[in-house]
Amino acid sequence: MSPFSGALAPAAGEISAAAATGTFTQMWLLIALPLLGAAILLLLGRRTNAWGHWVGVLMSLGSFAIAVSIFLKMMQESGGNRAFTQHLFQWISVGSFQVPFDLRIDQLSMVFVLLITGVGTLIHIYSVSYMSHDRERRRFFGYLNLFVAAMLLLVLADNYLVLYVGWEGVGLASYLLIGFWFYKETAAVAAKKAFVVNRVGDVGLSVAVMLMFVTFGSVTFEGVLASAPKASQTSLTLIGLALLLAACGKSAQFPLQSWLLDAMEGPTPVSALIHAATMVTAGVYLIARSNAIFNAAPTAQTAVIIIGAITLIMGAIIGCAKDDIKKALAGSTMSQIGYMVLAAGLGPIGYVFAIFHLLTHGFFKATMFLGAGSVMHGMNDQVNMRRFGALRTVMVVTTVTFFAGYLAILGIPPFAGFYSKDKIIESAFAHSTLVGLVTLVGAAITAFYMTRLVAMTFLGKARWPDDAHPHESPAMMMIPVSILAVLSTVSGFLLLHNNWIVNWLEPVVGFEEPVLGFNVNILQYGTLAIVLISAALGYVLYARRPVPQVAPVGSLLTQAARADLYGDAVNEAVFMRPGQYLTRFLVWFDNKVVDGAVNGSAALLGGLSGRARRTQNGFARSYALTMLGGAALVIVALVLVRL
Amino acid sequence: MSTFPWLLALLIVPLIGAAIVMFLPKNSPALAKQFGLVVSLIVFALTVGMALQFVTAQAADFQFTQSFSWIPAFGVNFSLGVDGIALVLIAMAACLVPVVMLAGWNDVDGSQGSVRGYVALMLVLEAAIVGVFAATDLFLFYVFFEAMLVPVYFLIGRYGGPRRNYAAVKFLLYSLFGGLLMLASLIGLYVVSARMTGVGTFDFTTLAHLNIDPDTQKWLFLGFFIAFAIKAPLVPFHTWLPDAAAESTPGTAVLLVGVLDKVGTFGMLRYCLELFPDASRWATPVVIALAVVGIIYGALVAIGQSDIKRLIAYTSVSHFGFIALGIFVMTSRGQSGSALYMVNHGFSTAALFLIAGFLISRRGSRLIEDFGGVQKVAPILAGTFLVAGLSSLALPGLSSFVSEFLVLVGTFERYRWIGVVATLGIVLAALYILLMYQRTMTGPTPDEVGERVTDLRGREVLAIAPILVIIVVLGFYPQPVLDVINPAIDRVMHAVNASNPAPEVAPVAEGTQP
Repeated sequence: MSPFSGALAPAAGEISAAAATGTFTQMWLLIALPLLGAAILLLLGRRTNAWGHWVGVLMSLGSFAIAVSIFLKMMQESGGNRAFTQHLFQWISVGSFQVPFDLRIDQLSMVFVLLITGVGTLIHIYSVSYMSHDRERRRFFGYLNLFVAAMLLLVLADNYLVLYVGWEGVGLASYLLIGFWFYKETAAVAAKKAFVVNRVGDVGLSVAVMLMFVTFGSVTFEGVLASAPKASQTSLTLIGLALLLAACGKSAQFPLQSWLLDAMEGPTPVSALIHAATMVTAGVYLIARSNAIFNAAPTAQTAVIIIGAITLIMGAIIGCAKDDIKKALAGSTMSQIGYMVLAAGLGPIGYVFAIFHLLTHGFFKATMFLGAGSVMHGMNDQVNMRRFGALRTVMVVTTVTFFAGYLAILGIPPFAGFYSKDKIIESAFAHSTLVGLVTLVGAAITAFYMTRLVAMTFLGKARWPDDAHPHESPAMMMIPVSILAVLSTVSGFLLLHNNWIVNWLEPVVGFEEPVLGFNVNILQYGTLAIVLISAALGYVLYARRPVPQVAPVGSLLTQAARADLYGDAVNEAVFMRPGQYLTRFLVWFDNKVVDGAVNGSAALLGGLSGRARRTQNGFARSYALTMLGGAALVIVALVLVRL
Repeated sequence: MSTFPWLLALLIVPLIGAAIVMFLPKNSPALAKQFGLVVSLIVFALTVGMALQFVTAQAADFQFTQSFSWIPAFGVNFSLGVDGIALVLIAMAACLVPVVMLAGWNDVDGSQGSVRGYVALMLVLEAAIVGVFAATDLFLFYVFFEAMLVPVYFLIGRYGGPRRNYAAVKFLLYSLFGGLLMLASLIGLYVVSARMTGVGTFDFTTLAHLNIDPDTQKWLFLGFFIAFAIKAPLVPFHTWLPDAAAESTPGTAVLLVGVLDKVGTFGMLRYCLELFPDASRWATPVVIALAVVGIIYGALVAIGQSDIKRLIAYTSVSHFGFIALGIFVMTSRGQSGSALYMVNHGFSTAALFLIAGFLISRRGSRLIEDFGGVQKVAPILAGTFLVAGLSSLALPGLSSFVSEFLVLVGTFERYRWIGVVATLGIVLAALYILLMYQRTMTGPTPDEVGERVTDLRGREVLAIAPILVIIVVLGFYPQPVLDVINPAIDRVMHAVNASNPAPEVAPVAEGTQP
């Protein structure tokens, strides 16, 4: 149960905003620049091969520069006056269904814009080098720019339908990038799967928007969120659950998680940007943005917590068993987003920390994914950690930066994750001991699988294939990674310094101090102790003992985790197979029964089958006769009526 | 308003063009094609000119009206006029005819029929399309409704694929059946009008204000509705469509599925609802059931197809389910969405059929399994096909999304669960489009594909580009079209005496109207 029901009015966020002036009127440019980049690269095609990637970098960088200037300007405004809207044009208007194409920038969208353009630009730069051997690098940057534009539209939209455009826009970009190496069957299948599973989530978003319209007569943030307290409990709960379904799709939460692991078929910078730092966190954004709905719908909040908790444990377990470094990181992403979703379900004690963890996770997970990319770069695109080991000796920068990310996700002070994850655990305990324990167990498993990952990759003995000559990646790759590593180290402390992130976000998402029934220090030290024990266990098992090059059979749990906890098997048994039988049956039914009935009766009437050629002229003639007959009938009828 | 007889000109120009084409020398097919293209471009220019004269805030139901006495003894007039819905449909048709002529430049070279015959039939068909949308006299509408069949019959039967005769005859028989039912109803309607007013008439506006007895309405409604349900087509009257579309040339398929079939949904909206409002409400549960079944059934059968053109035809069955649904939920959102959907579906289906046509003619097979990895050898072809497909699956930002979402919202306003079930169609749409894309465009490239499939040529890009531009522009800026459509929808809503359900919480916002 959520404590925030009925009489106890939560410290809700405000949704009012002023029309943009001055610097804030440039917010449309944030989207327009990368969109222009995508248009240039994709429409001009091969002509831009030689310099196209620099266009991509420039557009992303330009967007980041504008973001920074808007941010600086926003800091000068007072807390309640930092929200601005910009009307671009009327998109859809049918009676009372009014959808303006409006943008909004406030404290919540601001941090997302900085994350997307900042990390996005770093990953663009990294990709210039990472993708330099790919003949289609230009197309890659086109898609990357398209993604940045769509993601910015998602977080800058001022109503749920424009948000939907961004929402599916990032889905499209994700589809295109997962399937970037489309000539690989696995990549093409993974791309399609990601899109289709996301569409299931989109049903949720569609239904949520429709429910909003029939409930509030509006789909704008202000029209919906300001009126939320007036709506019935049923409507709010349904809207909340529909939004949760949407979030499950985009953020790879149970039961729509299965696409994310396959999405690792895409080039690694994509995994870092889209499938770790930004797009997959859109579900958390959606819930935090809709805080007024969830605050008033405790049942929906409980559902959010349950989904987050399940995914957080599930992802962590999967992360323990994967030998593919990217898939282990993908399991970890699922799990970490589970933390954020869970925190968002806690209500005003959690929204701020959900976003806080989202930001730090964006930094440290991007660091580690790009680090994984650097490892693959040095190891002939090998992803099997059983063939890594001892890479610390040859890839020093990669190792050091990766360890910054590693310590951050573990939550070792003073690395970023320590601040953000601890706050979530604290809020979870403030909500209930059970939820608190789940987050604690999650932290323990996280420490284990991440230690396993770094031990198998960087520590222990070398198990390299004969043709591998691992080497450090070029500076163009390692400088962005180093910047992200620094952010993984210091961002937690800086963002929480003087409670900055709380004060910054509170006007939008609301905040309540989580109240613990015991001393917070006990929790902090306890968590740290559990994490360290778990990490030590991982170290002993995977760094001190030899790692077999072929995976041992493993326990039932390990086997289940390797099979993604049978997510795909269930989908296949419940949806795919029956679906295939159903479509096959329906095709047969349509051909034989529906069409057969018609053909049968037609054969009776005039002999349709088999005599086609001969009947062609005959039918034309009889048709003309029919026309004539019809006209005659009309005339007869008319005469009769006249009489 | 200008006094230029726009509609008459739109009707006559293609007919004259068709007549002239038949007198061009038989041995120079290129000349016939060039001439046909020029005529269709003139028609397009005339349409643009007319559309610019159209006044959205107009009290009259129809604009550019013209009426000549035709058969005075029976009250038949040659009356033309358009409301917003008819206008946008005519505009879509006028835009698509030159596009299909250009795209299918070489499609009929070396086929059984002559090239100039093909061009002439296309132009005759264009005239019939203009007539059927512009007629405001029911007898005239019926004449055009039936007259359309003749050019289509020959376009399929003479210029189509291996089973063209079967497909053409099937198309004809179905249409014939529907047409006869409509004819019976038409006569009945005339009789009723004669009884009620003393003077029999076929004038639409007069008939729409008759207040016919509800029981009589039901019988008359059925004749019209079944004819339209065959044309549109709704499940279970749809099986002629995959055959006809698959055996046609791509250009014919575009005009058949993209434009002609819209006469069915257009007819439901204008004739069924306005002439027989009581009967329409009486039939609503059945029609909605057929529509929703059509959405899901059409999509599932599409997923199971092995032939690219049949697959596209079945996606249309699903989309026609959406259009019929929006019309019969009797909300402004639903009906505006459906009217807009008719336009958007025309363009996205046109793009799909034409690009599929380019692909099929290169490889010489319609079977999905004969393709693979096309994106590697023909990236532009693959890219345009993807955009067309994304429009078909109603990706937000492309035109179909706006109309599909309006239909869904309009449905949801009145029938929650039906709205939810229809929304599931978006998952199936993703499947049928992306499965087809995956199987044809991605994966390893087989040798036959690598050797035969070349990328789009200049003429093909020139034909496809305008459609894709329209798809994107109408995705972000559909409001001008909606502004044209909405007054007509208000008229229909008024005629069926329907009003939009009010929201649960009264909106506080800026002066909203229901």
